[in-house]
Amino acid sequence: MTDAPLLPLFILLTSLGIAPLLFALPERSAGLRTAINLGAAGLKVALVAWLSWKLSQGVIYDLRFTVLPGLDFNLQADPLAILFIALSAVLWFITTVYSVGYLEKGPHRARFFGFFSLCVGATVGIALAGNLFTFLLFYELLTLATYPLVVHRGTAEALRAGRIYLIYTLGGGLVLLLGTLGLWILAGSTDFVPGGILGDVAEAAPLAAQLLFLVLVAGLGVKAALVPFHAWLPIAMVAPAPVSALLHAVAVVKAGAFGIMRVVYEVYGIETAQALGLTAPLAAIAAVTILYGSLRALSQDDIKRRLAWSTVSQVSYITLGVALASPIAAIGALAHLIHQGLMKITMFMAAGNLAEGLGVKKVSQMNGVGRAMPGTMAAFTLAALAMIGLPPLAGFVSKWYLATGGLEAGQGWVIALLLGSSLLNAAYFLPMLHRAWFVEPADAAPGGLARRRIGWMLAVPPIATASLVLIAGGLANAPFSPLEWTRFIVALEYPQAAFDDLPEAF
Amino acid sequence: MNSGLIFGLTGIAVFAIGLFGALVMVEPLRRVLALKLCSVGAGFLLVVGAWQAPPDMPDPVPHALVITGIVVMISATAVALALIRRLHSLERASDE
Amino acid sequence: MNDLPTLDWPTAVVFAPLAGAILAFAWPRRAAGIGLASVLLTTAAVAALALRVLAEGAVVTRLGNWGAPLGIDLRADGLSTLLLAMTAGVGLFVSLGALDSYAPARADERTRRYFWPLWLLLLTGLNGAFLSTDVFNLYVMLEVIALAAVGLTVLGGGREAVRAGLEYMYASILGALLFLMGVGFVYLELGRLDFAGLIAAEPAPALTAALALMIAGLLLKTALFPLHFWLPGAHANATAPASALLSGLVVKVSLYIFLRLTQYMPLPDELLVTLMGTLGAGAILWGGIQALRAERLKLLVAWSTVVQIGLIFVAFARAGQVGLAESWKAAALLILAHAVAKAAMFLSAGRIKDEVGHDRIQDLDRSPIRPTLAQFTFALAAISLIGLPPSLGFAGKWVLMEGAMAAGYWHWVGITMIGTLLSVAYFSRVLAGFLRFDRLRTPVAEHQGWALADTAPLVLALAALSLGLVAAPILAFMEIGYPFGATP
Repeated sequence: MTDAPLLPLFILLTSLGIAPLLFALPERSAGLRTAINLGAAGLKVALVAWLSWKLSQGVIYDLRFTVLPGLDFNLQADPLAILFIALSAVLWFITTVYSVGYLEKGPHRARFFGFFSLCVGATVGIALAGNLFTFLLFYELLTLATYPLVVHRGTAEALRAGRIYLIYTLGGGLVLLLGTLGLWILAGSTDFVPGGILGDVAEAAPLAAQLLFLVLVAGLGVKAALVPFHAWLPIAMVAPAPVSALLHAVAVVKAGAFGIMRVVYEVYGIETAQALGLTAPLAAIAAVTILYGSLRALSQDDIKRRLAWSTVSQVSYITLGVALASPIAAIGALAHLIHQGLMKITMFMAAGNLAEGLGVKKVSQMNGVGRAMPGTMAAFTLAALAMIGLPPLAGFVSKWYLATGGLEAGQGWVIALLLGSSLLNAAYFLPMLHRAWFVEPADAAPGGLARRRIGWMLAVPPIATASLVLIAGGLANAPFSPLEWTRFIVALEYPQAAFDDLPEAF
Repeated sequence: MNSGLIFGLTGIAVFAIGLFGALVMVEPLRRVLALKLCSVGAGFLLVVGAWQAPPDMPDPVPHALVITGIVVMISATAVALALIRRLHSLERASDE
Repeated sequence: MNDLPTLDWPTAVVFAPLAGAILAFAWPRRAAGIGLASVLLTTAAVAALALRVLAEGAVVTRLGNWGAPLGIDLRADGLSTLLLAMTAGVGLFVSLGALDSYAPARADERTRRYFWPLWLLLLTGLNGAFLSTDVFNLYVMLEVIALAAVGLTVLGGGREAVRAGLEYMYASILGALLFLMGVGFVYLELGRLDFAGLIAAEPAPALTAALALMIAGLLLKTALFPLHFWLPGAHANATAPASALLSGLVVKVSLYIFLRLTQYMPLPDELLVTLMGTLGAGAILWGGIQALRAERLKLLVAWSTVVQIGLIFVAFARAGQVGLAESWKAAALLILAHAVAKAAMFLSAGRIKDEVGHDRIQDLDRSPIRPTLAQFTFALAAISLIGLPPSLGFAGKWVLMEGAMAAGYWHWVGITMIGTLLSVAYFSRVLAGFLRFDRLRTPVAEHQGWALADTAPLVLALAALSLGLVAAPILAFMEIGYPFGATP
């Protein structure tokens, strides 16, 4: 059944379409700008809700037109796409509120919000892309839209970071272009199809298929910050807090991880990928990234830099879950796509609040901040504990499924890896919490804790996302929770694993 | 070696001399003259090609082409000379 | 000549700008009005012609009903019409931009007086070349274009501009004369000059020599490395609208003729194709390095033209001689993409220079004046020139790389990727200057430079960006009437 084929396009346009408007608005019409932003973000949440409801009724959305001979621009709303756009829609709304509060007095707001909405629009396009070609279009748009956000402050440092960011991501984009072309030439199609399209090619020319995988994962791995393509991510944290929040939670790194998911599941198909021996090396890279990111996070004194290294580590859980080639681990990977977003955005917004309200930017300055900003730090604490994997918070759910999946796939080392990673998480997060809550602020601390009032637009968003972390973990088995939705997706990608066979509780 | 070939080779040689001059000369006026020589060589070749042993009439088409070429070259020369004069006067003005 | 020449669209496309040029020259006070009207008229004629080509296939007009080999035929097939449309579209918006650039407050009387006749003469030559069906006619049009283009180069009147213009003049005349010599060889061998004769011809040493001479002339005119020496100076020192026309349109004529000739004349062997690609690779590397080192914005943009010309030749060579039947489409897409994007870029660079007062890249971020919309336009044009989706430049690059990969020519893939990275590097120098604010002493006012003058380059840049989404229809249109002579 096909219905209202334009609905995905409308969702895309809620973000992309308002960008020109936002660019054109004079700097001083802050009220109108906020109204447009929040109106569009709200509308998008509603449209996404409608779309997912329609989808659960069995409606199929498929919008396409030909761009190059044989190649379509194709938007498709499948369950995996919905998972990602739901995350992006909800977080866009919350981050928009936060950004309005954060940048209220700053310069270039028209430019900022214009590119911000382009960036969110690009993530929607990435989610809805029905083939790798369309995916590539939005992947590059994402790079271009985030560059002005990363260099927003306009300082020499920001521009240097932006340059590195651009070199990495456009280089990655170029490699992905090469991979897309390779796929097009090898398979004669770039469509995302559950079960993959490369089965025949893999039999006829396994070496070509393996090389192609290397190229595709390298292109996507840059954005997903897989070692050795991760260096840009900690540098890019010079961006304003809301940008970092969005980049780390839903936009850039997730686009890479999401792409890897599409490539493994819907270009190769999990069986073909396994048959070609591709999943084991991918899992190894993910494992290395998880440990390396955590180790580097330990020694960072800058709060945002520590969080950035933590992202390097945490996002690779998604890749790991995909690479384990087990339906249960896949559930963990998909759930982590959502959970990591919620947790990390909370922490970045909280870090932004600390910098805004107290001038605290370093871990060593965090003494006693819990008492100065209890709401913000409560949210931060909740997210940090969830990251470590404390039940029943969101992070625990992901790790549980990953570990069970690892066991199911006969990969016992995953348990050790997850334990080690959790210990490292604890090692870099708990000292922060300890300082915040249990250490008296030193009088000599730079800037003291001379508290500046932060408005509700800064205070509320991290608390809201922290509540989502709590809900996503606690109510994981409720209908329409992220976890339930992921089980639905996994049933699609793993035809051999029927929906009902998938474990429900943990 | 018939006369047609000799004339043809002469045309090519004249063109080549002009080409050499245009590439090597530094003085603007000399370069213009070298380019003129090129055009003469090219035109020569076409006129030679048009020639047919009497009593046949020469082929009129190349003649028409050559005349067009000459007209074009005259305008090009005029523009080049005007530019050279302009450059001279600009350079003199900046020297003073 | 008993019959009156039948006036139809190909004729109108050539004679509307010619009449405009004469009128604008004779009546300088109304030059701008006449010029704009004439450009609009030409655009309308091209649109009508395009519709006819779409409906009926290639359109042929016999001027004065003489017919080949003596008369002049004008023929519009898909490729010709596409380039006519490109010229009309770019020309129209550059004309609009010129209304501002050459407004009485900005330009002296001489500039304003001569721009329009020269530009319309140039348009006549361009349209004539795209419709030509014989090599001698092409030679004449090349000369018309050269004279008008040199005039446009020196329009600003500065010493640098005149010196660069003179250098351009030499290169241009020499290129045309080499071409003329080749034309002579063709006539001596075949006794005719029209394309149909070339297609029917058997390979012969004289034809090979003719092709070599004509190609040498064309390469000089289109500034393929290492014959590019005249281009950066000429394009960087001209006034902005003139640069837009020179870089966007003029160099494309020689490329177009090159595409035609290599299809129609018996090609020697793969050596030529490989040589062209190698020179193109040289242009990409050398031009890229020079663009990285350029100190002035317009000079950087001019070097980027050298790079793009190189890329077009790589596109031509991408699949060797076997792939020539397909390669010309990749090259044509890139020609189109570069024309639109580069015109937008030169116009916006000119706007930035006008507003800021200089175009030194190093000091752009010291200026408290930020012509936001012009900078935005520049960035959009850069996206297309780098070849990022969904721009037309991306579509061209896609077709290029697709062909090269399918044929296993990995070196062309590699050079294209290196060129892309180089272009990111040199354009990001400029973009960083737009976005840096910490070297300012005074605060930046908001939304500066939202002048009406920014609309023309903005429209062009948006077109370059979005036309990639309709690359498939463009490619289909290009093939109307191909190969030559298959349809009337």
